[in-house]
Amino acid sequence: MSDAHASHDGGNHGSVKSYVIGLILSLVLTVIPFWMVMSGGFSNMTVVVTISIMAIAQVLIQLVMFMHLDFKTEEGWNAGSFIFTALILVILVGGSLWIMQNLHANMMLGG
Amino acid sequence: MTTQTVNQHESHAHDEHEHHDAGAMKVFGFWVYLMSDLVIFGSLFATYAVLMNGTAGGPSGADIFELPLILISTFLLLFSSFTYGMAVLAMHADRVAQVKGWLGITFLLGAGFIGLEIYEFHHLIAEGFGPDRSAFLSSFFTLVGTHGLHVAFGLIWMLVMIIQLYTKGLNDKTRPRIMCLSLFWHFLDIVWICVFTFVYLMGVL
Repeated sequence: MSDAHASHDGGNHGSVKSYVIGLILSLVLTVIPFWMVMSGGFSNMTVVVTISIMAIAQVLIQLVMFMHLDFKTEEGWNAGSFIFTALILVILVGGSLWIMQNLHANMMLGG
Repeated sequence: MTTQTVNQHESHAHDEHEHHDAGAMKVFGFWVYLMSDLVIFGSLFATYAVLMNGTAGGPSGADIFELPLILISTFLLLFSSFTYGMAVLAMHADRVAQVKGWLGITFLLGAGFIGLEIYEFHHLIAEGFGPDRSAFLSSFFTLVGTHGLHVAFGLIWMLVMIIQLYTKGLNDKTRPRIMCLSLFWHFLDIVWICVFTFVYLMGVL
């Protein structure tokens, strides 16, 4: 099978090796969170922090290993638009939670 | 005569260059669509996070989520993402038969994922825990259902690509389509990572 090669359209399409590494890392980062929750031997705080970090790590691994996100393809426009979208997501999700949390606390819903 | 040949050669090279750019431009345009799709999923995640405690006396996540089932779904989607990657590598090596084979395997894995999701939804609704039961269940069905719908459309697209590989083979038109579907498919697996972590795993804590 082919090694890492720059293809005709200038993008990086990876190699069998990069896909296998991505798959193995993803499997590890999937099995550990499920095991932590299903075995139930950890405090909730530990679980929430650990599985959140593992989810973010797995997202980044798949972006790089499977989707070949880098700063070279399309002169960085792929990565640039992704970073912009990530910023929008932080504002959208973080902002919504912040506002609704505040509203909930001030309305004293359900005591 | 000589000039003519040179001109023809140049215009041909120019055409190829344009095809090339057109293909890359299509894939980039699709990437921008995916970014807007990401904002839709972000909104649905925010909605779910706000409403997840609104169970209205009905079941909470801990009561209804079956983690072993979700783990199997996760594996199916993850392996399908990998097999799609193999299809793309086969495409760059111009091995049409292999591309068809890998796309077929990816389709089956994806269909397995959708089958499990339909089973889960059907089971919940049959027990009276449908989207109309509580705000929590409305937002749960909307978020997970939207993802499932994306996967279902991805499967239809994949079927169309397999048919086009038989009728048209690999050319300047079908290659960018396979690349776009590749982005779509990997993207759905990435969204699923957030679903199983923030909805299912944190839901049963």
